[in-house]
Amino acid sequence: MSTAISAKTKWWGGGKSPFNVEYGKLMMWYFLMSDSFTFGAFLISYGAARFSANSWPDPNEVFNTFPFAPEGVHAPLVFVSIMTFILILSSVTMVLAVQAGHHNDRKGVIRNLILTIIGGFAFLSCQAWEWTHLFHEGAWWGSNPFLNADGTQGTVNFTNFFFTITGFHGFHVFTGVIINIIMLIMTLNNVFEKRGHYLMIEKAGLYWHFVDLVWVFVFTCFYLI
Amino acid sequence: MEYTTTQSHGDYAAIKKEIWKVTIILSVLTIIELSLGLLMYLNPDMNHSMKWALKGAIIILMLAKGFYIVAYFMHLKHEIRNMIMTIVLPLTLFVWFIIAFLYDGNSYNELKNNYDRQYYEQSKIKATKAESSHEITQPKTEQATPTE
Repeated sequence: MSTAISAKTKWWGGGKSPFNVEYGKLMMWYFLMSDSFTFGAFLISYGAARFSANSWPDPNEVFNTFPFAPEGVHAPLVFVSIMTFILILSSVTMVLAVQAGHHNDRKGVIRNLILTIIGGFAFLSCQAWEWTHLFHEGAWWGSNPFLNADGTQGTVNFTNFFFTITGFHGFHVFTGVIINIIMLIMTLNNVFEKRGHYLMIEKAGLYWHFVDLVWVFVFTCFYLI
Repeated sequence: MEYTTTQSHGDYAAIKKEIWKVTIILSVLTIIELSLGLLMYLNPDMNHSMKWALKGAIIILMLAKGFYIVAYFMHLKHEIRNMIMTIVLPLTLFVWFIIAFLYDGNSYNELKNNYDRQYYEQSKIKATKAESSHEITQPKTEQATPTE
């Protein structure tokens, strides 16, 4: 199905798709571009709120817990690192699924999609635990129990932005998992086998990688700096 | 309409090798990011410029990770240049977006500190951590002046 292309191909000469991609994939790219502006706007407004305050809660003090850890154990960054690696690894299995699709390797697609879905659920479970934990500490929209790094009263901007942005990202992860499950069902029903190509997996893959990409930014902005 | 897949180059094994290479790069970058974060945590008395340098390094590492995900996992690097540009050029708006809004936030804070003494003084009052309860939304702050 792949055709050799010489460097001098006249892409705009007619008879060809000048971007060398199918319509759906191009539109997925434009959707993701617009979505990156949505996330960008969220993160930049978070930054603006933070820059307009004299002090801000220290993420290492806020996010220092771990499931099943005894009371008083401080493990900053540990839990969120695990979440980050889960998402990176699920991105890897997704890209392996896309590559398997390129080679019409149905078994490879199924195996890697299942792994990706498991990764997605693992990430969502981690986030659910973290949200529950923060809620029990008294944090929620409109309520911030954490003090600023310099010991002054923290602003509710901190929790509002945290729950809004990680919630919006979590919603994307959830949607991505649903899309991947649909892809898995379609693969199991031989839809792509009959169609002759697995390009739909590629579009789902783009979405999933974007979710991982956004997490890279959210993770850095909220937990590291 | 005819289109070709962008995977015409390289065989399956070579592509898989590239994927694992990128995975390792992403993991290493993440570990460096985390160790810089930990360095900041373990040295709370670090001076201001050092802290900003570390934060800058973390942001650069973040952008590098973003590049590897977009270029290799999302395969944008191997698309046709014109298509890459239709996606990347609009995103350069972020340069203005970030600078303008962070500068504005900072300027707002300076204005408040300089012209609203009450805001400034309020933001310097030490507070005590409230008990975990959703009924208390505003934990008590220590009074700046005795009430009696």
